[in-house]
Amino acid sequence: MKIDEPSIEEIDALEEVLENEASSHGYSLSPDREAVRALVKGVIVNTRRYGYPSCPCRLSTGKKEDDLDIICPCDYRDADVIAYGACYCSLYVSEAVKSGREEIQPIPERRPPRTARAKKAAAVAGGFSLPVLRCKVCGYLCARENPPEKCPICGVSKERFERFA
Amino acid sequence: MEYTVVDGEDRGDLVLYALSTCRWCNLTKELLQSLNVKFRYIYADLLQPDELDQILIEVERFNPAGSFPTLVINGKDVIIGYKEKEIRKVLG
Repeated sequence: MKIDEPSIEEIDALEEVLENEASSHGYSLSPDREAVRALVKGVIVNTRRYGYPSCPCRLSTGKKEDDLDIICPCDYRDADVIAYGACYCSLYVSEAVKSGREEIQPIPERRPPRTARAKKAAAVAGGFSLPVLRCKVCGYLCARENPPEKCPICGVSKERFERFA
Repeated sequence: MEYTVVDGEDRGDLVLYALSTCRWCNLTKELLQSLNVKFRYIYADLLQPDELDQILIEVERFNPAGSFPTLVINGKDVIIGYKEKEIRKVLG
């Protein structure tokens, strides 16, 4: 599978978008510019290959429904930023890492292995007039029949929501 | 299965399972090159489906998470992820 190398301009453009999105939503990109650009390039390559911007540091299946959890930003970002100072790839980092006060720790894979990845049926708790839906990326909760087209907090698409209660 | 062989000092059979888009994989590969050891690597994301299945079974045998990079040393020891210190300690 040969994929054209992303151009400098494409990398610049996506880097700028991610930088703006991150800073306006309380996230930080890695202070290591070279790392950010290598990862942005990987995201562009994956978008071309698979049709969705999956994590460059994980193996995609090519089936979007099986890879929703690793579409960047992945479902595991926030927990890894808290635990290790960076997401699995180190594209997103904590404030402490951004400012140079802390270093990134090696980040073990938090995503369940493929055999254990069978879809978990959403647990349904009772007592509410509407389902409570949760954005798996940023944790945003809303009570409505269907998720919003895009998460109003972090902007990911509606497929990234799960039933929470 | 097409492994790419990188020449260097023979320190046993070093196999690096990697992804072509993965920064940690790339850093691991560069580290091995800088240590001047002989190793072979394979990019799982560039394989055909049947080859990929085979490689994933191999990787999962050493690393149940099936994550990359996975460095297997002499078919028994394994270093998962870009663990610079550990790799230097074992091969430096």
